[in-house]
Amino acid sequence: MIWNEKVECMHRGAMQELQSRRLVELVRYVHERNPAYRQKLEAAGVAPARIKGIGDIGDLPFTVKYDMRDTYPFGLFSRPIKEVSEIHVSSGTSGTPTVVGYTKDDLKLWSDVMARALCCAGAEPGDMIHIMYGYGLFTGGLGLHYGALEMGLTIIPASAGQTKRQLQLMADFKPRLVACTPSYILFMAEEAREMGLDPRAASYEIGVFGAEPWSEAMRREIESAWDMVATDIYGLSEIIGPGVAQECGHKNGLHIFSDVFYPEIIDPETGAPVPEGKDGELVITTLTKQAIPLLRYRTRDIVSITYEKCACGRTSPRISKIKGRTDDMIIVRGINVFPSQIEHVLLGIEGTQPHYQLVVDRKPGGLDELEVLIEVEERLFSDEIKKLKELEAKIGREIVSTLGVQAKVRLVEPKTIERSMGKAKRVIDKRAM
Amino acid sequence: MKTTQISVFLDNKPGRLAEVTGLLAGAKINIRALSLAETADFGVLRLIVNDNAACLAVLKENRFVAQETEVIAIEVEDRPGGLHRILDVLDKAGINIEYMYAFVEKKKDNAIVVFKIDACREAVEVLSKNGIAVVSQDVIRNL
Repeated sequence: MIWNEKVECMHRGAMQELQSRRLVELVRYVHERNPAYRQKLEAAGVAPARIKGIGDIGDLPFTVKYDMRDTYPFGLFSRPIKEVSEIHVSSGTSGTPTVVGYTKDDLKLWSDVMARALCCAGAEPGDMIHIMYGYGLFTGGLGLHYGALEMGLTIIPASAGQTKRQLQLMADFKPRLVACTPSYILFMAEEAREMGLDPRAASYEIGVFGAEPWSEAMRREIESAWDMVATDIYGLSEIIGPGVAQECGHKNGLHIFSDVFYPEIIDPETGAPVPEGKDGELVITTLTKQAIPLLRYRTRDIVSITYEKCACGRTSPRISKIKGRTDDMIIVRGINVFPSQIEHVLLGIEGTQPHYQLVVDRKPGGLDELEVLIEVEERLFSDEIKKLKELEAKIGREIVSTLGVQAKVRLVEPKTIERSMGKAKRVIDKRAM
Repeated sequence: MKTTQISVFLDNKPGRLAEVTGLLAGAKINIRALSLAETADFGVLRLIVNDNAACLAVLKENRFVAQETEVIAIEVEDRPGGLHRILDVLDKAGINIEYMYAFVEKKKDNAIVVFKIDACREAVEVLSKNGIAVVSQDVIRNL
């Protein structure tokens, strides 16, 4: 079924009219309510009256992640904090987290787009869903939860971790849908086999997998391991969390809910739009959000877009799976990791900034593994193995507590980390995407 | 009465130790004693050599992380209980040994044991009180 048929199947002309009305109102709204945006618009020489429709969106300035960091915690909010119902936090680039907020209406919007996403994946009211995204500050768990509640699913709010218990819940309750990261469902298949359960005989029919990029090869692996339909969901907390775009059963691109999240694909170097079908950076404008609406937010994700009508009947544009990033962010077990955060941790520990490198790998049927290589300098070195191991452990603990992700720390000899043009290559991603 | 050891950080990879010994051979540095402590990923090479300054210089030139470490060298009689007598003295004084290794002296038939002890000064004191002599750097250099 199509949850919001009126907008999801809207004619392109009518959609542009709707987007135009919303954009005009949005620009007026942020100019009036948000000093940071007023300043940004004035600096770009854009008076709100100049924006007459969606065709003028290119005149507006971009918003980048740094804008959120620079205005931490609530500077980009367009509503007083008392009118904000819920706050979520994700990792920022250098120690300052990214904070987002939702008014009651924003939560309704989130529920609606997530209900659309779940229907798009193939859910029917009355189905049971096993939600294994983390609940809490991370947007994954609660986002799925609100959508499932909205569309009338029976929810198992299991949150992340405790795989054996998850498998027990699955075996006993027999949910039709499952939502988690793609790497976790593969890990779970291995665990199931070890417990003597046959994943192919499990009740899961539809998976809603996201929070990290994954490949068609991984889709085939998941679908054959579990005998289910594996769909991709896209979202980022700055925009709303999960529920920005979702694949339908045709698995031919992710339907982006463009009546509320207006997409543009640009050349990351020049900022100019790229033609339909060509790869570029995804930029999103939140047309109707209240607490923290964003103009032309640079997601740093590389995708292509198509406006062709999908066989499922939806007219919404479809974005490709994420093909890469324009920055050095990596996603490990659903958690955003920036090399600069690791730099921060190292600086905090020994007051030194040794050369380091992040190596991410995913063993077949396993979870992402993050290894942090650190070149040993004179001041970090000791002739005692015990002290070197203590240093590794201490850095590992700091990384867990700052980034929320487990890392294996490994001390290496100087000059062993590859450098190109004198600059160290900070990230090696060995995962087969 | 302390002796200086050169400690070197090494990746636990084939060929790393040979790289160090090759550099020292090239610089005509004689290794008196050596011990290697390792983990799955890295190791620490501990060397007693005839020329500390030259050894450090050649290692640093080749961008190894190397430093001088104070250790104590003790001559141990080559008979049953020779080592135990020393350890017993240190144990009774509550002195902890971080690590140790041994080599054989050519001129006499004794072994020399190298101790890394954090409480270095106390160790030397308690050993000499018990009539156990610490071998000086010069003696080792000229072995």
